[in-house]
Amino acid sequence: MALLTPEFGLLFWMLLSFVIVFFVLAKFGWPIIVNMVEERKAYIDKSLDEARQAHERLLGIQDEQSRLLKETREEQQRLLKDANETKAKIISDAKERAEVEASKIRAENQLLIQKEQEQAMREVRSQVAVLSLDIAEKVLRKNLDNKPAQQDLVTQLINEVNNN
Amino acid sequence: MKYKAFILFLGLALCSFQAHAGEPEGGELNVNELILEHIGDEYGWHVTTIDGHDFAIPLPIIVRSEQTGEWYLFSSARLHGGHAYEERFSISHEEAHKGKIVETLADGEVVRPLDFSITKDAFTLIMCSLILIAVVLYCARWYRKRQGHPELISPSGFIAFMELVIMSVVDGIAKPCCGEHYKRYTPYLLTVFFFIIFVNLVGLIPIFPGGANVTGNIAVTCVLALFTFAITNIYGTKEYWKEIFWPDVPWWLKVPVPIMPAVEFLSIFTKPFALMIRLFASILAGHALLLGLTCTVFLTVKLGTGMWAGMTAFSMLLSIFSSFVELLVAYIQAYVFTMLSAIYFGLSQVEPHHAKAVKD
Repeated sequence: MALLTPEFGLLFWMLLSFVIVFFVLAKFGWPIIVNMVEERKAYIDKSLDEARQAHERLLGIQDEQSRLLKETREEQQRLLKDANETKAKIISDAKERAEVEASKIRAENQLLIQKEQEQAMREVRSQVAVLSLDIAEKVLRKNLDNKPAQQDLVTQLINEVNNN
Repeated sequence: MKYKAFILFLGLALCSFQAHAGEPEGGELNVNELILEHIGDEYGWHVTTIDGHDFAIPLPIIVRSEQTGEWYLFSSARLHGGHAYEERFSISHEEAHKGKIVETLADGEVVRPLDFSITKDAFTLIMCSLILIAVVLYCARWYRKRQGHPELISPSGFIAFMELVIMSVVDGIAKPCCGEHYKRYTPYLLTVFFFIIFVNLVGLIPIFPGGANVTGNIAVTCVLALFTFAITNIYGTKEYWKEIFWPDVPWWLKVPVPIMPAVEFLSIFTKPFALMIRLFASILAGHALLLGLTCTVFLTVKLGTGMWAGMTAFSMLLSIFSSFVELLVAYIQAYVFTMLSAIYFGLSQVEPHHAKAVKD
């Protein structure tokens, strides 16, 4: 049964060596290693978190970029459409105005022509009257007794004048 | 013949020696004695015996004489071959103190003196302790140099391996088993784990500085278990003690005969006792198994060359297999001891839970 009875000497040496190992390592060994590993773990976790955030931000920026691009394209399209519309409107407006102007001018011209015509007619008429009076004078001077002949003559003269 | 001789044997077998080394002069190989001698402790370190000459490394013997009360320090070589030192101290062959130093008093009475000798096991313990301290402090120095620069801590090689093992104990044993105050227990658990596994592994090396059956010695496991016992109870919470002396069981189990408190109180001691026996028995058994297998070689010499060759090959194969198993056992026993210690620490950290149970 010698195996089952602890030897006092060996107990002593074991106690001594284990106590020394325990205190030396508990003071100068394990805490440093374990704390540094934990510190590194925290650092890695932090770095991973930062990387994730950066990635998210990047994704956000890319989204923003494509959104802006899309918006710009839409704006461009809209502007182009607007410009086209404006152009068409300007042209049609101009045409309209030109037509209005033209018709106005035409109307004025017509009026003017009419007036001139009337004036001409009036002048012609006054001329005819003068001429008539002249003719009448002449006729009177020649054939005052021949009444039907005078009448015919006058009518003929007037018609001639009118035809002219 | 020693267990370490199987290395020697391999050389001999290659040279087709007729297993002379296996036959001790004068006849039978006493396997029982051989195995017990090896797995026990010894003064001086017997390496091998060649042609009847013992090759042993002498170790210091420190004893206090019962007669004079003086301390004696001398080399174990002085006791070699049954000699007595100062005609007083000799190694006993009697059953009571077999293999131990005894003192023959003036009146012829034989007593066991106070013995602090650096025996084979004590020597291995001190050597392993120094190596362990050196190795761990070397690792710690590597980390200390990088203090405040967590981005530089990327160990490789040996330190990475040590970190792996250290963190497997911290994350795999201390954190899950010890509860919220696990940091208090981590240094002890790490020390115990590395101490046991290192001494176990050194014990598996069959040549000189290794091969001692240290963790298979009850004195060693006893000290380890006492540490676990002390730490468990020193840090035990109030609730832990309450559950021992006034457990939550029907009153007639506590008054008038305190059956449950007695059982609980006993369990304080049985837990570390089981730790002590488990480690001791498994390492002892491993060493005994390897020795037995090695001895088969020398026991079967008489059976004729063919039989002997067959048995040798067979026992060598088994021996190699068992050595691998022992490597595994070296780790498993260290792990089990550490984990059970951690579990006992965790169990001593109980917080009151009755109030909550009543509310529910």
